[in-house]
Amino acid sequence: MLLILSGDSELWAIVLLSLKVSLLAVVVAAAIGMPLGAALAVGRFPGRRLVVVLLNALMGLPPVVVGLLVYLMLSRSGPLGVLQLLYTPTAMIIAQVVLVTPIIAALTRQTVETLDAEYAEQLRSLGVSRLASVPTLVWDGRVALLTALLAGFGRAIAEVGAVIMVGGNINHVTRVMTTTIALETSKGNLALALALGAILIGIAVSVTGLVSLLAVREGQGEMRHA
Amino acid sequence: MRDLLADETFGQPLIEASGLRIGRNGGTLLDIAHLALDGPGPTVILGPNGAGKSLLLRCLHGLITPDCGVVRQGGIPLNAAARSRQAMVFQKPVLLRRSVAANLDFVLKRQKLSRRDRKARIATLLDEGGLEGKARQPARSLSGGEAQRLAILRALARAPDILFLDEPTSALDPSATQRIEAMVLIAARRGTRIVMVTHDIGQARRMGHDIVLMQTGQVAEHALARDFFDAPQSQAARRFLAGALVL
Amino acid sequence: MFGKFVRGVALGLALVSGSAAFADDNFIVVQSTTSTQNSGLLDAILPTFRDKTGIEVRVVAVGTGQAIKNAMNGDGDVLLVHAKPAEEKFVADGWGVERRDVMYNDFVLIGPEEDPAGVAGGKDIVAAFRQIAEANAPFASRGDDSGTHKAELRHWEEANVDVAAHSGAWYRETGSGMGATLNAAAGMDAYVLSDRATWIAFGNKSGMKILVEGDPKLFNQYGVILVNPEKHAHVKAAEGQSFIDWLTGEEGQAAIAGYKLDGQQLFFPNAQ
Repeated sequence: MLLILSGDSELWAIVLLSLKVSLLAVVVAAAIGMPLGAALAVGRFPGRRLVVVLLNALMGLPPVVVGLLVYLMLSRSGPLGVLQLLYTPTAMIIAQVVLVTPIIAALTRQTVETLDAEYAEQLRSLGVSRLASVPTLVWDGRVALLTALLAGFGRAIAEVGAVIMVGGNINHVTRVMTTTIALETSKGNLALALALGAILIGIAVSVTGLVSLLAVREGQGEMRHA
Repeated sequence: MRDLLADETFGQPLIEASGLRIGRNGGTLLDIAHLALDGPGPTVILGPNGAGKSLLLRCLHGLITPDCGVVRQGGIPLNAAARSRQAMVFQKPVLLRRSVAANLDFVLKRQKLSRRDRKARIATLLDEGGLEGKARQPARSLSGGEAQRLAILRALARAPDILFLDEPTSALDPSATQRIEAMVLIAARRGTRIVMVTHDIGQARRMGHDIVLMQTGQVAEHALARDFFDAPQSQAARRFLAGALVL
Repeated sequence: MFGKFVRGVALGLALVSGSAAFADDNFIVVQSTTSTQNSGLLDAILPTFRDKTGIEVRVVAVGTGQAIKNAMNGDGDVLLVHAKPAEEKFVADGWGVERRDVMYNDFVLIGPEEDPAGVAGGKDIVAAFRQIAEANAPFASRGDDSGTHKAELRHWEEANVDVAAHSGAWYRETGSGMGATLNAAAGMDAYVLSDRATWIAFGNKSGMKILVEGDPKLFNQYGVILVNPEKHAHVKAAEGQSFIDWLTGEEGQAAIAGYKLDGQQLFFPNAQ
């Protein structure tokens, strides 16, 4: 274990790639999912309930199915084959974005809708239009939304089925923590796989811890009403 | 209804409702033939739960559009400009998940005041509400009384012509209630027209210049406070004051 | 509309994450099998090729069946697998240019030391399979259309055992790679057919050992094929061919022969 931790540059490259891919995926997923979720929370249109149910269901998208779909899109025989993205970190980011966006959108919708139920009359009384109330709702739901981002990040960094299919687990190019763990397990190097798993858990815990710390500082006032 | 307050009217009634009606599932929740709030106030709207007090308040503030009827302010139907000169305080204060000062700033920013003016205004307001020193505290960590005071300050930050209050003290103890009542009376003295809902007869006696008694969605009686308490005209008012269970 | 959106996002991402790894276009993708990767062979010999030619070889290690499918989709420049009939069909159907032998190793029958079917020490894989079936002893199969799986099925057929009838009973298909299947076999004290290279490199041998080896039928030939540029114009034919030439040439063959694990040679070069 110590051996693994002591500056094995190859390992750190893998950890770094994992973080880079998953963080970028969460950023893109947030850019798509948060406005989508907020719009769904305050907007009223026919079929809205259906979209909400669909979105909630998509939270449980099986990674291998996403992997397969993204593979079929990005394969040289697929519609986006010309972009030559298969077996690149970009392909992995796309797969993770597909996985994570519904999670962030659904949790955002829930958060904003709950807050809207509480705020709607007051904001209207203060002369804030429906549309203009969205930034207020998002900002005031920031602690819960941060948790949504965390949930998305956790899903992204822990996922293996999709990234191994579209990334190919290519050494030095698309090998990330989870695919390395899968590979070492299949080599029967269970101790090494376990150690890598411990690092992955460590990363997840520190990221969550860091964000929670932030959230607690931001949201002291929530406690009373929680 | 006979215009009881004619002797104290100056020109157009400030706010009036005609032919208001709201129905739900076949029943009638609100049915107001005519109500003119033309005195100096404060007006206290009294009545049991479900009498339609809050519903009436929301109609007057434009939060709810009635099935039919019209609300006029200064003689013209309620519009956005008129609504911007109104403010409302709710039974349970809805405070933004931000600091105390930021809750006030939220309103002031919409008035396009300069940063310096806003800061000065916030300091004055907090002072008036006895919340000085709590500016940076999260609004949601305030006590019930403090929270309602902040909600009132935020409403007053809009410098409204009319301030609606919907049972603002129903969840508070006597000393917190007293501070709220004092704040509201000061605002009234400075020229803000107060329209307040309560089911507390004592509060109505302390605060009201005129009383509107509501029962099953209708105005049972609208009278000056002294007349209402000393010589109630309606059967409903007599029973309500006698402490009978008016439904 | 959706496609356009995805294309936009994809392009944006490509720009954002454009790191050195993709800026360098001088690479080929080799669709290969788990055995070449799990044994460590490719990791050991590829740097030599890169240092010589500047071409980076990116290996996608999947089962032979999936590797061939991926290559047919154009998602690779070179195919390096071990299922000769399927490879020859791949070339015959026009997907590949030419098949060349690269190296061989052999399959071995692994099983628990207790050996409930009593096959240890045998030299006849078909007889051993028949004994396992008669004893209803658990057998872990890849079940993934890989080269190893295809080889295993040939032996069952020759032994006249209809394994499909016993699927889920003593015959258990893992549907995973060689390593995962070895792990599963270790977990349920099952027999399992493995390529020798993966077995030697495997780190979780707990209580299992080689029981049958040396039958000529266990010979495991690897072949290499350039994906046909006439089917997929983007195939990097020149780079791919130079890799094939190197692998089947003197230098590559020597590198294969020189790769040893625990003092044992894992693959035996036999390019013509």
